[in-house]
Amino acid sequence: METRTSNILFCGVGGQGVLKAAEICGLAALRAGQQVRKAEVHGMSQRGGSVESHLRFGAEVFAPLIPAGQADFVVSFDRTEGEKFRDMLKPGGMHFNKYLPLLRKHGIDPRFENTFFLGVLSRFLPLAREVWLAALAQGFTRAQAENRRIFLLGAETELGDGT
Amino acid sequence: MSTTPRREKKLLSGDEAVARGAWEAGLKVAAAYPGTPSTEILETIAKYPDVDAQWSVNEKVAYEVAYGAAIGGVRSLTACKHVGLNVAMDPLMTSAYTGINAGLVVVVADDPGLHSSQNEQDTRWVALYGKLPLLEPADPAEALAFTKFAFELSEQFDTPVLLRLTTRVAHSKQDVATGERVLGPHKAFRVDAAKYVMVPRNAGPRHAVVEARLAKLRELAEQSPLNRVELRDRKLGFVTSGVSYLYIREMFPEASVLKLGFSYPFCDDKIRAFARDVEALVVVEELDPFVETHLRALGLKLRAKQPSFQIGELRPEHITAIVRGEEKQAKPFPARKPVLCPGCSHRSVFTVLRDLKLAVAGDIGCYTLGAAPPLASVHTCLCMGAGVTVHEGFRRAHAHAGRVVGVVGDSTFVHSGVTGLINAVYNGVKGVLLILDNGTTAMTGAQHHPATGKTIREEPTTKLVLEDLCLACGADNVDVVDAKDIGAFRRTLEQRLAEDALTVIIARSPCWQLVRTRHAMPEFKRKQCQQCYECLEIDCPALSKTEDGMIQIDPARCTGCNLCVDRCAYEALIPQREEPDADGCPGTCG
Repeated sequence: METRTSNILFCGVGGQGVLKAAEICGLAALRAGQQVRKAEVHGMSQRGGSVESHLRFGAEVFAPLIPAGQADFVVSFDRTEGEKFRDMLKPGGMHFNKYLPLLRKHGIDPRFENTFFLGVLSRFLPLAREVWLAALAQGFTRAQAENRRIFLLGAETELGDGT
Repeated sequence: MSTTPRREKKLLSGDEAVARGAWEAGLKVAAAYPGTPSTEILETIAKYPDVDAQWSVNEKVAYEVAYGAAIGGVRSLTACKHVGLNVAMDPLMTSAYTGINAGLVVVVADDPGLHSSQNEQDTRWVALYGKLPLLEPADPAEALAFTKFAFELSEQFDTPVLLRLTTRVAHSKQDVATGERVLGPHKAFRVDAAKYVMVPRNAGPRHAVVEARLAKLRELAEQSPLNRVELRDRKLGFVTSGVSYLYIREMFPEASVLKLGFSYPFCDDKIRAFARDVEALVVVEELDPFVETHLRALGLKLRAKQPSFQIGELRPEHITAIVRGEEKQAKPFPARKPVLCPGCSHRSVFTVLRDLKLAVAGDIGCYTLGAAPPLASVHTCLCMGAGVTVHEGFRRAHAHAGRVVGVVGDSTFVHSGVTGLINAVYNGVKGVLLILDNGTTAMTGAQHHPATGKTIREEPTTKLVLEDLCLACGADNVDVVDAKDIGAFRRTLEQRLAEDALTVIIARSPCWQLVRTRHAMPEFKRKQCQQCYECLEIDCPALSKTEDGMIQIDPARCTGCNLCVDRCAYEALIPQREEPDADGCPGTCG
């Protein structure tokens, strides 16, 4: 089993499916037998405010919040919100603002942006394709076929940055 | 048949874990009023068909229902946010005297960092003040285990037990092993006036019971595995409780820790022994110096956070600064402000209140968002129900030359606004109260209340008719208007403000999140636009200014409510006559 803790910060604004993305990533990690910690804030975020969710998994994880400067990934669905969390990223960590243009390039429906980015994220996490697909089916009870298609697009498309 | 419990792992939030733990402990009755971050506790409990669950009218009512069920013989629970417990303080304080019979667990969720609250109070003081045992889980797994233990503790010591969460416990998720439900016996209610009738003659002796119980609880706290000594490197020893424990383990994995899970009454001997075992003692806790104050009273030499850390929640990286004795650094990034949803009926009401330059006594709910510029038409927000009563105070002070109204939501009016209306009638105050009736408890995520006519389980029940209630209270006039009909609402309001009468105007229109109706988006005519930006003054998230100074409408968010059309004096926004879109999702939900 992977022993290093994976730290992923999902962020955006209310309505972008930020919390759902973190939830599905957490379900995938749970299915892979990892310890999972996830932090989020409900309430005001549903009214168009900032939304952030911290997801951490590994062999042993303590804090539900990622310590500053230790995020492996900032998965941002909004450029401005993403910029706020630059300091959360560890040296060499990956910021998804650079992948925001992919959403437009592939004409991703705003309702499926979270699924697409989960696909992209899945390339870099130590979780098998089948646990992702099972978590996706568990997390999305509607439009399952379309979510699967968009996830696989994110998981397999050319990212255009050499990765 | 095997008696080994099934250990299934689920990703549960702290709230869901409390619900699960209570269910496993044989919970029979649960009552609450919604309040972030505690709401999901009752929402989850309501999914267990073998628990009698309810949304109560307010937290005091919920507490009393749960208390009655407990002394009536079954394990019961009430849950609320920190400010909700204030509403229930009256029964809470005296229930400590009577004790309970079957277990009563009082779950309270504090909100350090004010993610969705009007203050940042630290409920741990209630344990000290109310002389009640206090349990503080650090994460969802502990929330489940501590809830089960809380019921045992409650029955063993015949006392309500406080289970205190914070936002980062309530709304964090973790892989949690669940167990099976175990039902205890029904503990018959036995008439015992000396125990349950708190008149002075009985309450005096019961006070002695409370003090003796507290002494016994202190002994148990010394032995309890919930107060756990973890000796590692002895140079640094932390005393902590709640989620702060996890931050310490994250940042100082080699340090020794005394983790207080059974945090009141304090385990003084265990604390003193731990202090002897480590070279430097550091107290880490969110909000108030609750543990720190006690340890200082014990005469222990210790290091604790600077007062600047009493404001806001702790984060893992703060632990290092606390150990070094440093001040808290200012939070680097401001959050984007929440706004009323596109299509929200509150927006049209606030637009009128602003145009009429009224001073507005506001209340707690989505409509509190009307306080933010550019709407800026809610001028007070104190507590649940205060929109009605602060309005009365304004009237008595002749504030704002009498150009004042009170604003309250439907759920909040039933919670504690109606008593203020009765007071206004009784004491002869005139003026206008607005009930913004969107048919739900919207801010906490759309929960039912008496005036929706549905229970927590969506079952039909007797519907409270707000206009009948207001008339019965003695209001001179009760008008019901469509909140989205700006013209009618404004005419009614101006007419009633001019009268020497007490009027309740019920501005009714369902919460957009419930109906999700969508009409055609208005068309923007560039050539007509005079760049007055009056349309932006309604603070609609679907409207924005483009780089060339023009107006842009976001088709994904616009609901076609045409409020912006109403604001435009130059016919630059033209309503379109089309039938509603069947889908109607603007994607504004969480």
